[in-house]
Amino acid sequence: MSLALMTATAEPATATQPQRRRHLARLARPLLGLILPIGLALFWEIAVRMGLSNGRLVPPPSVIFNTFAELARSGDLQQHSLATMWRVFAGFACGVAAGTILGALAGYSALLLRVVDPTLQALRSIPSIAWVPLFILWFGIFEASKVILIAVGVFFPVYLGVMGAVVSVDRKIVEVGRVFRLSGFEMISRILLPAVLPAYVISLRAGLGLGWMFVVAAEFLGASTGLGFLLIDGQQLGKPAQIVAAIVAFAILGKLTDWLVVAVTNPLLRWEDSFGARQQEA
Amino acid sequence: MLTIDRVGKTYANGVHALDRVSLNVEIGEIVAVVGGSGCGKSTLLRAISGLDTPTQGSVTLNRETILAPHEKIGMIFQEPRLLPWLTVAGNVGFGLNHVPKAERVRRVAEAIDRVGLTDKANVWPRELSGGQAQRVAIARALVTRPEVLLLDEPFSALDAFTRVDLQDHLLDLWADTKPTLIVVTHDVEEAIVLADRVVVMRPRPGRVLEDIVTNLPRPRDRQSAAFDFAKRRVMAALDRSLERIAEKKPAREPEKAGQATSHWW
Repeated sequence: MSLALMTATAEPATATQPQRRRHLARLARPLLGLILPIGLALFWEIAVRMGLSNGRLVPPPSVIFNTFAELARSGDLQQHSLATMWRVFAGFACGVAAGTILGALAGYSALLLRVVDPTLQALRSIPSIAWVPLFILWFGIFEASKVILIAVGVFFPVYLGVMGAVVSVDRKIVEVGRVFRLSGFEMISRILLPAVLPAYVISLRAGLGLGWMFVVAAEFLGASTGLGFLLIDGQQLGKPAQIVAAIVAFAILGKLTDWLVVAVTNPLLRWEDSFGARQQEA
Repeated sequence: MLTIDRVGKTYANGVHALDRVSLNVEIGEIVAVVGGSGCGKSTLLRAISGLDTPTQGSVTLNRETILAPHEKIGMIFQEPRLLPWLTVAGNVGFGLNHVPKAERVRRVAEAIDRVGLTDKANVWPRELSGGQAQRVAIARALVTRPEVLLLDEPFSALDAFTRVDLQDHLLDLWADTKPTLIVVTHDVEEAIVLADRVVVMRPRPGRVLEDIVTNLPRPRDRQSAAFDFAKRRVMAALDRSLERIAEKKPAREPEKAGQATSHWW
């Protein structure tokens, strides 16, 4: 009787403790990645405070934070971030749409691949910045040329990713679709698209990364708004803290949008039987 | 009735895989096709399924010529070929997209029950063992109620124990609706267990050498003398099919991709 009572009271305690520890571990895991950047920032802050450096060209974190807060309070940060984000979004959308459609068609039709692919590969080898003067002549110095430059940057990784993935879809799985007499459209929507989805997400992320790269290039070339403008402005007026604040804003927005792509597509990829998926489960 | 009339196949690269094969298969009959590698078994099956079109002759099902995959002809491959992004239930229901949802759900559940995977209905294919995955493939092919089911070395990738289990299971399922089965195999015992009639093929180019009717009573006893006798007859025919090559010293023809590289012995 007493033994039964003991085990009854002891059980919840032993059951919840490892559970709580696992819960803590899950919370702590992302924090591990923060140790290095925070450590470096602290080190620099202390170095400047102790007078080891004057911190004029490399401002300490507290100054950067103040500049960041100042920019946010005046609304400048939001205005410039929004301008940049809009450009990236518009360029990304155009580039993804074009890259997906052309990539899927070129992957699906061997004829089209032969017709289109050599030209696109040749265009791809041109450094995209080289287009800028031409785009400015063609589309003016305002938004259109910037968005198109970003779209060009996004287009190639997406096109390559989709085309390569469609071409390499397993013939055996396509045959299953043929045995069940899928139409061309069904073959694409029920077999090819799901099969290329993992590779597609990777090419979207690569494209997005390039989009963020190209928006800076575009904004360097005569913009009056945008985070890229803040960078140039900081350089011309000798405000390194503003430059670093803009860089931090780029990092945050870039990471945030990348995370968004992953978060939106993750539920669609739960079926994956891959090394990475297994690791996440464990 | 399924009629295979002087079907021949020469691939674009010049390989003559199949030479004037003729075969009549009655409704509900189980036919096994055996032979060494490169004798065109898989080519024949692909021609019947409509996945490949023959270069000579024709395949007709109930007087309808088969030129492309047909709704009354199902196919099970050597590998399960499940779609990894669909659950077991999604895979089984893959060919039922045109069926109203309520009926589809009911038929899928029934088929999954029938292959004994009720508790696996909502898992991803990656979580299945080889035998379970092949059962899902069988359910997926049978759920559309085909008149003819083609099986291309369906159990050759499984261990001996699972193979025997699935052979019995397949016969159980066959007894439900009695579709016509054509099983390509390199396992003579499997051929005798499953089939009423064993077609032995001869390689280079693939031709029918012998058509052996066994007609053993079902369920079949693998230990019985009659079983053993049938097995010996098929083995002897297979030996004859290979003697011919030894005499001829054939020029090596590259094996068609996708065919098993293993030999029947």
